[in-house]
Amino acid sequence: MTGWPLYEVFVRGKRGLNHVHVGSLHAPDAEMAVHAARDLYTRRNEGVSIWVVRSVDITASSPDEKDPMFAPSGDKVYRHPTFYEIPDDVPHI
Amino acid sequence: MHEETVYDALTAAHGDEARWAFGTGFDAPLAGVDTTIPDGVDPADLGAYCLMLGDDALVLSQRLTGWITRAPELEEEVALANIALDLLGQARLLLSRAGSARVLGRSRERAAPELPDEDALAYFRDPDEFRCSALVVAPDEDFAHVVVRLLVASTWRLALADRLRASRDPVLAAVAAKAVPELTYHRDHAARWVLRLGDGTAESHRRAQAAVDAVWPLTADLFTATTVETRLADAAVAVDPAELRDEVRDVLVQVLTRATLVLPPWPGDTPPRGRLGEHGPELTPLLERLQSVARAHPGATW
Repeated sequence: MTGWPLYEVFVRGKRGLNHVHVGSLHAPDAEMAVHAARDLYTRRNEGVSIWVVRSVDITASSPDEKDPMFAPSGDKVYRHPTFYEIPDDVPHI
Repeated sequence: MHEETVYDALTAAHGDEARWAFGTGFDAPLAGVDTTIPDGVDPADLGAYCLMLGDDALVLSQRLTGWITRAPELEEEVALANIALDLLGQARLLLSRAGSARVLGRSRERAAPELPDEDALAYFRDPDEFRCSALVVAPDEDFAHVVVRLLVASTWRLALADRLRASRDPVLAAVAAKAVPELTYHRDHAARWVLRLGDGTAESHRRAQAAVDAVWPLTADLFTATTVETRLADAAVAVDPAELRDEVRDVLVQVLTRATLVLPPWPGDTPPRGRLGEHGPELTPLLERLQSVARAHPGATW
C-alpha cells in the first residue's frame, strides 16, 4: 500500500537460545518495526527479545543455485557425526 | 539438528493444553486481592470514581477500535487494537469494582439478571450516566488526531495510575499496578508517532499541528476534581487530578517540542463536566454502536 519498507522479524522465546525468524512486517523505520513486531508476533507471551532487519539487507542464496550450493555435501557422510555415541545429557545436538 | 520455534515453548510450558493459542501464562489481575471496601470509604463514592476511570478506558477503547480496517497500515491497526484491548481490560476491572460497590445506576433495571455488573454498566447505561471526560469522547478526524489524543490521554492516565498504586483501596491499587506498564507502552507508541508526524513531511506536520490545536482545549477539565474525587483523595483512595497537572504538561511539552510542533496555550481549569455526566452529542452515536448488539440480543454469547 504505502512505501514503508519490509522488515524481517526475529524473536527469542522465553526458553529459546537463538532469535528465530517469525515473519515480516512493514514499518516506517527500524524503531517502529520493533514496536510493530511486539504487537504482531509476541501477543501471547512468546518473546523476551526482538530483532528486526530490513529485508533488502539480507543476502540470500538463490534457488537456481540449489544444486551447486548444497548437492556436493550430500554424499560426504564423514562430515556427519553418526559414528559417535551421544550421551543423553548433552543438549542441543 | 537443533530446531526451535518461539511458539513451541508455549506448548512445552503448558503441556498438551490445546487452548494455548488463546493465551496462556497470564495472571488474573485481581487474583488474591482483598475486595472489601476500606474503612471510612463511602461505597457510592468509590463506585462513582471507578466509573469515571472505567468509562474513560471504555470510551477511548471504543474510539480506537473504530480505526480497525481504517488504519494507515495493517501493522498500525494491530497496534491500535492491542492498546484498545489493554484499555478494555482496565475498563472491565473498574466497572466490576463499581458494581461490587453497588453503583449501577439504572443499568440493573434493564440488564438481564445473569449479566455481570461490568456488562450491565457498559451496555445498559445511557449517555448521561457515563462519567468519561470530553478528551476521550471527541471524535478523531484523522490518524494525527488518533495519536495526539492517545498521547494526551495516556500521559494523564499514566500519571494517575502511577500514584494510584498507593491507593488504600486494594482493588484500585492492583488495577493501577497492572495498568502502569500498559499505559507506559501506549504513551510511548503515541509519542513515537507524534514525533514522526510533527517532524515528518509538510502535510504530516500540518495535520499533527491541527490535531494538537483541536485536542488541547479538551484538557481544560482534566485537572479539576469533582467532590467525589476530593473526598476520596482525602481518604487516600483516589488522586486529586490537580496533582497530575505539572507532570502531564512537562511530558507533553517535551514531546511537542521535539516534534517541532507549536505548543498552544494551556486552557484554564474549568469545572468538571464529563465526570458529572454532561457530554457533547458525539457520545450518543459511539454508545449506540458499542451497545447495539447487547441490547438487540439480550443474553447473547459467542
